[in-house]
Amino acid sequence: MSYLHEPTAEQIQEQKLYREMGLNDEEFGLVQSIIGRLPNWTETGLFSVMWSEHCSYKNSKPVLRKFPVDGERVLQGPGEGAGVVDIGDGQAVVFKIESHNHPSAIEPYQGAATGVGGIIRDIFSMGARPVALLNSLRFGELTSSRVKYLFEEVVAGIAGYGNCIGIPTVGGEVQFDASYDGNPLVNAMCVGLIDHKDIQKGQAKGAGNSVMYVGARTGRDGIHGATFASEELTEASEEKRPAVQVGDPFMEKLLLEACLELIQNCDALVGIQDMGAAGLTSSSAEMASKAGMGIEMNLDLVPQRELNMTAYEMMLSESQERMLIVMQKGREQEAIDIFEKWGLEAVVVGTVIEEKQLRLLHHGEVVADVPVDALAEEAPVYHKPSKEPEMFSQFQNEEAFVPTVESKKETLLELLSQPTIASKSWVFDQYDYMVRTNTVVPPGSDAAVIRIRETDKALAMTTDCNSRYLYLDPETGGKIAVAEAARNLVCSGAEPLAITDCLNYGNPEKPEIFWQLEKSTDGMSEACRTLSTPVIGGNVSLYNETNGVAVYPTPVIGMVGLVHHLDHITTQYFKTPGDLIYVIGETHQEFGGSELQKMQLGKISGKAPALNLETEVKRQKQLLEAIQNGLVESAHDVAEGGLAVALAESMMNGNTGASVELEGDLVSALYSETQSRFLVSVKPENAKAFESMNEDAKQIGFVTDNAVLRIDHENEEVLAATYDELHSAWKGAIPCLLTSKA
Amino acid sequence: MRFAVIVFPGSNCDIDMFHAVKDELGAEAEYVWHDEENLDRFDGILLPGGFSYGDYLRTGAIAQFSNVMDEVKKAAQAGKPVLGVCNGFQILLETGLLPGAMRRNESLKFICQPETLNVVNNETMFSSSYEKDEEIVIPIAHGEGNYYCDEETLKQLEEENRIIFRYKNNPNGSISDIAGIINAKGNVLGMMPHPERAVSELLGSADGLKLFQSIVKSWRENHVLSS
Repeated sequence: MSYLHEPTAEQIQEQKLYREMGLNDEEFGLVQSIIGRLPNWTETGLFSVMWSEHCSYKNSKPVLRKFPVDGERVLQGPGEGAGVVDIGDGQAVVFKIESHNHPSAIEPYQGAATGVGGIIRDIFSMGARPVALLNSLRFGELTSSRVKYLFEEVVAGIAGYGNCIGIPTVGGEVQFDASYDGNPLVNAMCVGLIDHKDIQKGQAKGAGNSVMYVGARTGRDGIHGATFASEELTEASEEKRPAVQVGDPFMEKLLLEACLELIQNCDALVGIQDMGAAGLTSSSAEMASKAGMGIEMNLDLVPQRELNMTAYEMMLSESQERMLIVMQKGREQEAIDIFEKWGLEAVVVGTVIEEKQLRLLHHGEVVADVPVDALAEEAPVYHKPSKEPEMFSQFQNEEAFVPTVESKKETLLELLSQPTIASKSWVFDQYDYMVRTNTVVPPGSDAAVIRIRETDKALAMTTDCNSRYLYLDPETGGKIAVAEAARNLVCSGAEPLAITDCLNYGNPEKPEIFWQLEKSTDGMSEACRTLSTPVIGGNVSLYNETNGVAVYPTPVIGMVGLVHHLDHITTQYFKTPGDLIYVIGETHQEFGGSELQKMQLGKISGKAPALNLETEVKRQKQLLEAIQNGLVESAHDVAEGGLAVALAESMMNGNTGASVELEGDLVSALYSETQSRFLVSVKPENAKAFESMNEDAKQIGFVTDNAVLRIDHENEEVLAATYDELHSAWKGAIPCLLTSKA
Repeated sequence: MRFAVIVFPGSNCDIDMFHAVKDELGAEAEYVWHDEENLDRFDGILLPGGFSYGDYLRTGAIAQFSNVMDEVKKAAQAGKPVLGVCNGFQILLETGLLPGAMRRNESLKFICQPETLNVVNNETMFSSSYEKDEEIVIPIAHGEGNYYCDEETLKQLEEENRIIFRYKNNPNGSISDIAGIINAKGNVLGMMPHPERAVSELLGSADGLKLFQSIVKSWRENHVLSS
């Protein structure tokens, strides 16, 4: 794609050059019929990038339509930079999650860093002040030097961007599985706060109004990033390193402050949108299309940091830290003044026009003239064929795995040192999770909690997805992902509000992969409806395959909840010796996809654990009510590794121990991953009230002062481990894996 | 007492400092942009943490040339309390108001965690509300907090009792476990840990509050004496 001699329209058609940009023959034909002639090089570029899966969701739209998107509190659903949910007092919470998988696979530090930068822009382009960052990461097993490198650099990239811009990274999750070996997942989520009156839209309204370019200059970095993100990774992907952008968090800090100052102080601002994927092309086409208008831009005016850039390069560049704004005609100077204070450029590059065209001028010539709706709205939508993989019926019909466990203690210690369960403090100690001094519950508990200044309220937030369950059974796994995220929030004392999702899958053109996408979104939709947590936005990342092998289906759920009063904030840690320990929910023998199965067999198979959504909702409501009534000292959801791991995790603040007596099949009681269970501690004087409110709660023991976990079964001690033993297995695992030789 | 919270492009703990002083301490505070040319109206100067100018060069290396820094030097000269935290400390080192330099943490990684400090000297305007040798918990959050100075300077700091805080478990490799030092005159304190993040039990620790209370106490005493 040399810029010296651009191919002619005829050459593009004859030599099928559009294929290199990701358009297929039918799509190219469609472009031709829409504009009534052959597209030139620049126009072909505009269509190819806007019609990529990354921008158009052409393969995922049919499944996205199933999600419930409405709710009493929803002020803005999918379609803008981010969704907005009312939290009372004239305030709202704004949040979204987005993937940066492909760039991170090639250049992990910058890939992850710019993923963070991009999602922050989505939040402040809505007018919101970003207040927290989260992430969800997946890597291969921590045994190869390549995976260790990816893991360390991704974490460093997230830290480098978030710490510098000064938004606390308060939570997230990291899991490891061989399916992510060559294709790590890097999903970044940002949460912002806004007053209702400041909510912005990315719309280019009002013919004659000025289109302004603000922020960093445009270079040749990231050209065709969105197209690159919409194909499988292969050994040749290394060559696409130029499609990875480079982040500048300092520039973004200035841009953030300048944009918020403009939004809050200038009523001449008409619309604002991030130049994210597909940069200047998507921001201009989408803003115009949403407003039912067109935009004419003179590319000579675009601030450039490289010489002789072509129209094609400028329109497709994904240089970071840029925004497109529309200002009322005649009041452009107000924006220029604010940006100047922050040392930034704000330049008029175009005008809103009545005609619904995106018309680009360069060196005095019209270099592109295409309908904005065709770019932004009329990408073909594919209902891909779907086919249940043979694997699924095999898993369903397989005899249930029943683990044999010799030493209960050794097994627990080994589980605690599995990287998916082990302490992630090696990761989050590199994140500034305290800046802005609102972080009440830092990373490590079920959900992070940040207070809302000048109120008695707080926000709880989490990311979650157990993709092993989805791999075995996408529909059930999809339900579990949503339910578990809600469980995390309820345990922290919050009412779950809504979700944002990041759908990470393999190549949707393979029917078995599309089936996973279909089934899992069915499960998620049903769970979202039952739990009253609508989907307010998100992102789809397909083609997560390396050399033909797909990642586990991984629809990451980012969920935000409202803590109605600071007094309700609850953590997973036991508080006071003598408190009674309860388990809410019965336990079955369910080891399909469990951590224990993975640990013992080195792989997973069988049925995913069952989930009954009605039971789930009932228990969550009852537990939340008990927390809100001040009856609960600690609450923790029982997840990977089962109850034994949950008990150990509740002791990890180091002050207390636990003595419990378990019934029924011991191995199941200790390690099964039956869903909809909670581990709770309650003061003895509150026991009666708590029990009357939580019908499925059963007391199993009490909190002790000796920092020992003791488990009895049929009047016999079956497991006793000291805090030091548990803690060192749990805390030391990841640093140990990273330093051991590959 | 009226504090200036200096804001450089890239400062990001300015809001924390502002709220600590205003909400928790109950003093007056005002954000002051880096191009301000007069700080006479303030009784104390606070240089907050963050990444001034992105810290793409050495930390604090560009911020030292801001207009406002001449005024900060003037305030230091006049004996007003000047507190630099994290990036603020790094800027004070670059301007020469405090001796020594910062290196990257020994682990070469950014570290964010609560840290136990020993109050080495409680006879300063910044530490008089603490007990001597008191253990306090104040968080750190930095990538370049590995304080270094030559032997002669270290000897001088020790002899003049200018090491105010030491880490109990040195997290970053700082020489002699140094977490915070003052100038010879005793009115400029630089420290890597963030006292402004430790002003509320809700957020984990209120041990930093006494530092700000010490400043106000000292100012009141002087103010009453001079008036």
